[in-house]
Amino acid sequence: MLSYIVRRLLLLIPVFFTVSIIIFGIIHLVPGDPVDNLLRIGSTPEQKAIITARYGLDKPLVEQYLLWLGNMAQGDLGDAIVMRRPVSALLAQNIPFSLRLGAAALLFSTLLGIAAGTLAAIYKDSRIDQSIMAGILLGSTLPSFWLGLLLILLFSVQLGWLPVSGARSWQAIILPVLTIGLGGTALVARVTRIAMLETMQKDFVLLLHAKGLPARRIQLRHVLRHALMPVVTILGLRIGWILGGAVTVEFVFARPGLGTLLIKALNQHDYPVMQGCLLMLAIAVMLGTLIGDLVQAAMDPRVRQAMT
Amino acid sequence: MSLIIDTQAGAGQSFRRSVAGKVLLTPKGGISGCYLICLVLLALLAPWLTPYPYDVQELSIASQAPSLAHWLGTDEFGRDVLSRIMYGARTSLSVSITAISVSVLVGMTLGAVAGYFGGMFDRFVTAAVDLSWSFPEILIALILVAIIGPGLHSTMLAIGIAYLAQFTRLTRAQILGLKNETFIEATRNLGASHGHIVFRHLMPNALAPVIICGMLATGDAIILEATLGFFGLGAQPPVPSWGAMMSSGTAQIFKAPWIIIFPGLAVAVTVIMINLFGDALIRALDIRAKLREG
Amino acid sequence: MALLDVKNLSIDIHGIRPLDGISFHVDKGEILGIVGESGSGKSLTALSVMGLLPLIGGRIERGTITFDGTELTTLPEPAFRKLRGRRIAFITQNPMTSLDPVMRVGAQIDQVARLHLKLDAKAAQVRSIEIMEKLRIPEAATLYHHYPHQLSGGMKQRIVIAMALAADPDLIIADEPTTALDVTIQAQIIDLLVELVRDRDLALILITHDMGVVAQTCDRVVVLYAGRIAESHAVQAIFANPRHPYTKALIRCIPREDTVPGSLTGIPGAVPSVAHYPSGCRYHPRCARRGPPCDGIVPALDRPMGGGEIACHFPEGMGNVHV
Repeated sequence: MLSYIVRRLLLLIPVFFTVSIIIFGIIHLVPGDPVDNLLRIGSTPEQKAIITARYGLDKPLVEQYLLWLGNMAQGDLGDAIVMRRPVSALLAQNIPFSLRLGAAALLFSTLLGIAAGTLAAIYKDSRIDQSIMAGILLGSTLPSFWLGLLLILLFSVQLGWLPVSGARSWQAIILPVLTIGLGGTALVARVTRIAMLETMQKDFVLLLHAKGLPARRIQLRHVLRHALMPVVTILGLRIGWILGGAVTVEFVFARPGLGTLLIKALNQHDYPVMQGCLLMLAIAVMLGTLIGDLVQAAMDPRVRQAMT
Repeated sequence: MSLIIDTQAGAGQSFRRSVAGKVLLTPKGGISGCYLICLVLLALLAPWLTPYPYDVQELSIASQAPSLAHWLGTDEFGRDVLSRIMYGARTSLSVSITAISVSVLVGMTLGAVAGYFGGMFDRFVTAAVDLSWSFPEILIALILVAIIGPGLHSTMLAIGIAYLAQFTRLTRAQILGLKNETFIEATRNLGASHGHIVFRHLMPNALAPVIICGMLATGDAIILEATLGFFGLGAQPPVPSWGAMMSSGTAQIFKAPWIIIFPGLAVAVTVIMINLFGDALIRALDIRAKLREG
Repeated sequence: MALLDVKNLSIDIHGIRPLDGISFHVDKGEILGIVGESGSGKSLTALSVMGLLPLIGGRIERGTITFDGTELTTLPEPAFRKLRGRRIAFITQNPMTSLDPVMRVGAQIDQVARLHLKLDAKAAQVRSIEIMEKLRIPEAATLYHHYPHQLSGGMKQRIVIAMALAADPDLIIADEPTTALDVTIQAQIIDLLVELVRDRDLALILITHDMGVVAQTCDRVVVLYAGRIAESHAVQAIFANPRHPYTKALIRCIPREDTVPGSLTGIPGAVPSVAHYPSGCRYHPRCARRGPPCDGIVPALDRPMGGGEIACHFPEGMGNVHV
């Protein structure tokens, strides 16, 4: 198991470098002098000199990149131009909010999605299946920011049950989780349903029936267990999508977090903050895929054996 | 007389058996097909159909609730929401369709060349596709907007690049499946050039699944466009787009919720209809299995 | 009365009728072969007896299936479930895919005894290992803890057989139990099944496409073609004197010692699909002996003097009955 984890981590290295090069490249790819891009308008030549020295902007690109990478490894991601603070401090302040929201949304969509997908598969083509499928269509097509706004209108404005925005009370997380969760639930439910229907066609399921096991027990203990493996893989691959949803939804609910910070930085052309946020999101996506793979490996004896 | 009836029956028959017939004669395909046709017409004819201009501000009637004069109300500058939604359809549809079409063309070419020739180029393309595949489209789009700055052009580019991986991957899978078929072998033995084989024989056979995938992606692209617009990173004022309308409407959410409800409804219904239509098309062409290869 | 008696069975799957008027019976200590090419309805016959047609969207349209005095076609599902795996066991075609890949094989055998004989985990394990040993599975106690993918095809099929035996059934239905295995393993598995029938006084329905296997193992045989019975008889009689042209063709397909390798002959043409059954005798398009009535009139299932059943307008060696 350990060697498998190590091997999977090694595979991530080239991905990480490619992504980091792209993110590093942002300040050089945007039109204009990188030095100007890292300063507020109307800066003095002295300030320019400081920035040039700080990021090594007079050195060759490769050296700059290595410097950037080295600084990053030490937790120095540069300074925010508009927000005037170290990027690392901004990230440290915002990441816990995003993590909390992402984890809650993931939990919500996994549990509800598996339940809905299982129900739909067991009662295939019935009313239950049709309404769940309709829910899946809605969940995967409604723009999440709009859904968030509608939920605010209903629960905060009309009913006054929940806070409109912010993250000051625990209730404030409910609407954002619902908003992201609907899309996630739709995804998980769809994969669960298809995986269960496919598993039901397998020979070993026929033999389980022939052994005289009750249908419900076969569906829940054997078929669902199999169906969960693709679900876990997809979840791992799509953790990035759930985080992507978090970016949008945080902004709608004016919740502190990576997404809100990123959008703010994009609108203010604050490149170091952009780079920091994008890097964190990219790392989260990579870790998500890794965790998905590992959980799947732990669930499947065939994969487990192939690993050792 | 009987002859005429015969030909009519024949035409009806062939329509029923044609793909268009198979799609439009199902309830799902019929309803969604009609909606999409109407929407495109509405967008094309917006300048002649809209009751009010989209950009003239009249603050005396700002933020009015839906009424007989303004069916969907007015926004914070007194502009007619209905007219702006109709103009917004022009923006949303043209941006999404253009971006996806270009993306499909580029993706098909990349995928076909990679799948047909293999080798280093294939490995490079596959690696790039895998890389971008693992990142959500919104993140890719945000990186691109970070580089080229906000606006409709960068939105188009962002959408095009964000979905490129999908089309490349699907085409490559189709080509790999077809490459060693006997009829391709035969064409090659007859001395056909690689270009001829790829563009005249392989691509047409891989076309249907990629087109459908592109169609479904257009729905996602409309959402992506709206999202970027909502962040203030897409269409810039005064150009109306569904996302931008909601962006400026959030400030009015308590006073005038219709400013965000109706454009969002337009996005939601359009995307649902595109999905239903795509689903009907998949059923009519019977290519569900092919779509999953990618 | 026979242990299992199937009479005039027809089934319906989504409006088509892939089995039409099938009758056969099997008794304790007896091996009945059901033989035919793929598409002849062999596996559907097995599913019908197991009461598992609803799984593939099918139902019994007509006919009766009587097992030890109980009518199965009208038996409610909870009662049927008590028979399945307990008194009627099933061995599937492909051992590679017949076991749950994420469950240890021992636990899969245990399931049966725990469910039907109400044994506790410990007792079930002891029993399972005992059965595995009887089936000559080496190091049964170790293999008990293995996962399916760690076993060879032959071992997996022995596990499937162990599952079938776990609750001491009276009837085993084996659907092509050796098709997916190597030739040498095939013989071992077949010998094992024959031995079980003789030792435990079981009834066995052996479904196969291989007349060679039938000749070696079965007491009686039913030849199916396109969902109908072509011929049925005692094995010795049918090999000595095949009356249906299809039976004769199947026997010709058995490789002999003097067969030149690579010269194996199949029957020209293929079994028609259910949607395109020909009129009259369904075998007539492939039949060398066909005559005028064959494409229009369905031959009735006769019970001639020599015993057995036959459905043919021009049976061999009996004179042309209809002319």
